[in-house]
Amino acid sequence: MSKISLIIQREYLTRVRKKSFIVMTIIGPLLFAAMMVLPGWFASMEDTDAKKIAVVDHTGKYTNRISSTEYLKFSWLNDQEATTIADEYRDNGFEAYLVIENDLLEKPDAAKIYSDTQITIDVKEHISRSLEKHLENEKLNSYKIDGLDAIISDINDVNVKLKTIKLSEDGSEKESSTFLAMIAAIVFAMMVYMFVLVYGMQVMRGVMEEKTNRIVEVIISSVKPFQLMMGKIIGIALVAITQFMLWIILTLSIVAVLYSVFGGNVADSVDANQINMVNSMNEQAVDAEQMSDMAIEFNKVIDGALSLDLISSLFLFLLYFLGGYLLYASLFAALGAALDNEADSQQFVMPVMMPLILSIYVAMAAFRNPAGDLAFWFSMIPFTSPVVMMARIPFQPPVWQIALSLFILIASFVFTTWFAGRIYRTGILMYGKKVSYKELWKWFRFSGK
Amino acid sequence: MFLEAKQVVKKYANHLALNNVNLQVPENSIYGLLGPNGAGKTTLIRIINQITGPDSGEIIFNGRPLQSDDVHRIGYLPEERGLYKKMKVGEQALYLARMKGLSRHDALQKLKYWFEKFEIQPWWDKKVEELSKGMQQKIQFVVTVLHEPKLLIFDEPFSGFDPINANILKQEILRLKENGATILFSTHNMGSVEELCDHITLINQSQTILNGQIDDIRQSYKDNLIKLEFAGDGNIIKEKLTTDFHIDSISSINSHQVAYVKMQNNATVNQLIGNVINDVQILGLQEVLPTMNDIFIKVVEQSNLSKTQK
Repeated sequence: MSKISLIIQREYLTRVRKKSFIVMTIIGPLLFAAMMVLPGWFASMEDTDAKKIAVVDHTGKYTNRISSTEYLKFSWLNDQEATTIADEYRDNGFEAYLVIENDLLEKPDAAKIYSDTQITIDVKEHISRSLEKHLENEKLNSYKIDGLDAIISDINDVNVKLKTIKLSEDGSEKESSTFLAMIAAIVFAMMVYMFVLVYGMQVMRGVMEEKTNRIVEVIISSVKPFQLMMGKIIGIALVAITQFMLWIILTLSIVAVLYSVFGGNVADSVDANQINMVNSMNEQAVDAEQMSDMAIEFNKVIDGALSLDLISSLFLFLLYFLGGYLLYASLFAALGAALDNEADSQQFVMPVMMPLILSIYVAMAAFRNPAGDLAFWFSMIPFTSPVVMMARIPFQPPVWQIALSLFILIASFVFTTWFAGRIYRTGILMYGKKVSYKELWKWFRFSGK
Repeated sequence: MFLEAKQVVKKYANHLALNNVNLQVPENSIYGLLGPNGAGKTTLIRIINQITGPDSGEIIFNGRPLQSDDVHRIGYLPEERGLYKKMKVGEQALYLARMKGLSRHDALQKLKYWFEKFEIQPWWDKKVEELSKGMQQKIQFVVTVLHEPKLLIFDEPFSGFDPINANILKQEILRLKENGATILFSTHNMGSVEELCDHITLINQSQTILNGQIDDIRQSYKDNLIKLEFAGDGNIIKEKLTTDFHIDSISSINSHQVAYVKMQNNATVNQLIGNVINDVQILGLQEVLPTMNDIFIKVVEQSNLSKTQK
């Protein structure tokens, strides 16, 4: 077995056997699965007991104007019942009682709801919406327009649904879901960012460990420093890929198990819930009718994504993760070699991390305008391209842009690896020396044979 | 010569670490590489281990220029040494052995032998961080010699060892020599140099200032100092040994006296005895050779002085 594969093996096995790796590998999918399933589960678990609410209407104008629903039942009380309601509403099985004291057109705050428990927003909105609708109709009627009903039903038929159609290269139209693309973009960008950062830092700590343990000189009397550095970087990359794969497999299997246990109910409510999430992000109010439409559409998109885009996206994710990781990991390795302890490392680690953090901000902008100049240029710059390009991938950027950015990324990590290798080689044998940027530059220049 | 350094030059950013250094290590010898801190010893050792390369000059190993797979024929115990703290002892020893080119099978077999010899089998599954520093040093030694290298390089091997373990180490070094290995070792402990080394090279400020066989060096630096033990009157000695002799000191120890006498102008031991034999009872007489410690200090100070004068 060649020496570099021995090093890779050691780096890989010691990390994969660590408790923290095993714990993360199990907890990660549980969290992801929970994120996907729990909202739906909670929705299905919501208490379905109907709440009864008593209404005391002193004006007498609003009788039965608040419609009861499956979960909310309203009862109008007569005057006699009304006098004792404040004391007896609980005993009579009411959750709360609503008092309308005056004409709401004259005094909009004349309706009050009383309860010893917190009234939910849903209940409040249902009541005020019902009353508003009734009042609107009253006002409209007061104009005495001929054929009003026809006009209103005509108005209600107006409904614009904007469909986003992406024209693909071969001219065929493909329906794309902006919402799904946005979610995918956020997930991809965050994942690349997180993996590059977490595993890049692991490289730095690994190098530092070898240096502070003073084992490095023993090892580089057997192998070249560059082999040791690359062995470590590759070994840790394999750990990252293992974790990523395990996460995907475990998450999918947990979700699959939950679906089969809880059946289609959960599946439906999951869809609805995810759409809710998307919508609240867009701050759009969507009524129930549209929502069910979209749930169908959503399912269609998921089917499409699963069959085609997801696979190529995952493949690109791996490429960009590896490219970004290799670019940063070698720099982190050089830092680890230059620094004796983590306490001094901040002033050197920050400049390396800056572009990575910046790329997350640019990615946020890219969600909104994935084909804009900002997104384009930052998806070409190798230090930001892994995150920014992954944020653009779900919006299907031109293939030449992906190819170009990958090419620049690969060329750059070859360069940074060479650059970092020179600093690394000198740094690992320097003990107890305070480093400065000037010193690092010297190491780079004079790192001989 | 088994190992030779020829005109080796190594520059770092700020200073010249080695300036035309030569080294000739005969086969099957124990060779001491001496010098004050920062003289360039570790740099030379790192060049022999191919950790860094020389700017010019070359290393001849076993009659031919050093090659990259010669690392399998060299065992190196660096001054800055350590182990992975979180790794298990056995696993780690196996890893380091395989890095030196041993197959898994051979490595396991040899490790078994050494672990039994040092009676450290119970440590096999312990993590390194659970062991004391002395125990870790033992494991480092085992790993250094495990692949039976022809050349062993020890940089400050005794630092961190207690006297008992230091003695075991000394015995092992001598045994390795008996088994045919050549040993290059660098230390500040001059006592162990006298005990172990056949040859030395002394490096100061990047240059060789002294080299040769230990016995020759001590002979050539001797002051013609005689240690004379006698019983009788010390003042008579002072009177009798005037011309050609100089008495450094006289002191009484128990019932007898000891005088250190420097002989000048080619005076001989016989003349010395002749001068005093009728007046005192001679109990013993011995030529005093300078210790390596004395020679080290003297030579380094001289070389520093001549450098500053230039």
